[in-house]
Amino acid sequence: MSADNVIEVQGLTKRYDETTVVKGISFSVARGEIFGLLGPNGAGKTTTILMLLGLSEISDGQARVLGFDPVREPLAVKRRVGYLPDQVGFYDNLSASDNMRYTARLMGLGRDERETKIAESLDHVGLHDVADRPVDTFSRGMRQRLGLAEILMKDAQIAILDEPTSGLDPQATAELLQIIRNLKDRGVSVLLSSHLLDRVQSICDRVALFNQGNIELLGTVGELGRQVLGVGYYVDVEAEGQGLADKLKAVPGVKSVETPSANHMRIYAERDVRSEAAAAVIAAGGRLLRLSVETPSLDMIYNRYFENLTGGRHAA
Amino acid sequence: MQREGSALHGLGVVILKELSDHLTSVRMRVLEWLVVLFALAALYGAIQQIRDTTAEDPFLFLKLFTTAREPLPFTFVSFLTILVPLIAIGMGFDAVNGEHNRRTLSRILSQPIYRDALLFGKFLAGLFTLSVSLIALWLLVIGLGLFLLGLPPSGEELARVFIFLLVTIAYAGVWLALAMLFSIIFRSPATAALVSLGLWLFLTLIWPALAPAIVIAFAPSSDEETLILAAQYLARLSPSNLFGEVVLAILNPTTRSLGPIYLSQLQGAVLGAPMPLGESLIVAWPQIVGLIAGTILLFVTGYVIFQRQEVRA
Repeated sequence: MSADNVIEVQGLTKRYDETTVVKGISFSVARGEIFGLLGPNGAGKTTTILMLLGLSEISDGQARVLGFDPVREPLAVKRRVGYLPDQVGFYDNLSASDNMRYTARLMGLGRDERETKIAESLDHVGLHDVADRPVDTFSRGMRQRLGLAEILMKDAQIAILDEPTSGLDPQATAELLQIIRNLKDRGVSVLLSSHLLDRVQSICDRVALFNQGNIELLGTVGELGRQVLGVGYYVDVEAEGQGLADKLKAVPGVKSVETPSANHMRIYAERDVRSEAAAAVIAAGGRLLRLSVETPSLDMIYNRYFENLTGGRHAA
Repeated sequence: MQREGSALHGLGVVILKELSDHLTSVRMRVLEWLVVLFALAALYGAIQQIRDTTAEDPFLFLKLFTTAREPLPFTFVSFLTILVPLIAIGMGFDAVNGEHNRRTLSRILSQPIYRDALLFGKFLAGLFTLSVSLIALWLLVIGLGLFLLGLPPSGEELARVFIFLLVTIAYAGVWLALAMLFSIIFRSPATAALVSLGLWLFLTLIWPALAPAIVIAFAPSSDEETLILAAQYLARLSPSNLFGEVVLAILNPTTRSLGPIYLSQLQGAVLGAPMPLGESLIVAWPQIVGLIAGTILLFVTGYVIFQRQEVRA
């Protein structure tokens, strides 16, 4: 195992009696990275996560989490990994801090350490004021944050988050994503699964695209874009001038230029060509009004990928 | 393949959590009041009856548990036979599926403990709660008996009553393990409760009547002795039946055998003479072991199913 990888998975397979849910996937998560498992519901994301935690048996292949085998050493894995399940639940009749006290005891924290850590982590996720309120008064977003507080309390080296943002309103989502970024800043590696692509795109360093138990694509969003769409960057140029589109087309690296409206040109390029484009506009005597780059969105990649897939099948 | 670490790591934490849940729950309070009221009623009846009828009996104190006021059929023991399963089922029917439905199971199991600790902790906490209630009830009965009869129990009577308490706890354990088994098998607590209660009614009320009928219908022999024995063995599949037999032997010292008595056994016996405690215990020993074995069997079945179950909701 390479020193920098906190999770390594080789040929991981999960079979039930008749069906194979996870079909020999391989990937690795580097230390301090936010890694996204993306894909439609039922693609095998949660099963993969449960196998990594030793909560589900591995049919074939192997997994290493922080160098430990989740099958043989589940306690060692679970001591170091925090898990936020899909639609996490708490004991509704207990208060937020009592819920955390129970898990803190299960983690084996001593009394003094327990109380300081509970207060700290509740503070960190902004639940300090409601620490003594029963959890059944909590909103969905507050429950998710309470789940993250548990991971903070654990001082986990890896946080595994299953659909952390599903069912949250935009503001709650933003708050949650901020907490996840903070986790990364603390040096925690994050593995998260989601079917909400645009949310995930904004925080993931790398993603793996799941479909029917296979990882179809793996890499940074930019890499996936190049792989699927063939083009890495979209540069929007707004400028006044004559014949700018042709000048821009001549810039090295530019594949095509569209003109959606007057004075607005959209460049498809294989790399970030903003400064070259700006230079070309100025050199042609044009007035540059706006210049922006947009990497292709995961949504776009995802849809295009599955379009290609079904298109291919139709052809066959 | 060897797993690392102890399977029971975190057991104490789970037990404490479940205990505090049980002891503060409304459900438990209702069940406790039910027990106390029924117990007082049965006890009151027994005391009246004893005052009216019994003049002399070396084991008068034991009569507290086994005597009913004439028109009513309920003795303290018979009401325990019925209510203890009800309480045990009430505490166990949502033990595991409740965690599933609250979606707390995967979160708890992602902490550094094995499933073993969770299940065993829940069982022990349930059994402990039941024991606390039963001991309280037991002390209440003894105290009231002292107070109202004005008669201190003898050492042997106390020993017999104490064994009776232990057996009652084992009897509660069977039903608790049964309810927890169904809480593992069925995802809906309502189904688990209904099936547990259904089985309880069947085993307690219908099975004793059904067992002889089954034997007569299927037994190849027409020998009366074989038929009676077979019916008795079959009836003993019901924990209530086992409990009833143990109580008979322990609280009624004149009981010489729980099966048919042969003439050879009666040679030299003084009929109606009480047996020493040790002998009574030997008479009831198979039934006591049966109750404990039933508890273990049901728990282990649930344990195996729980280990193989998927965690995800």
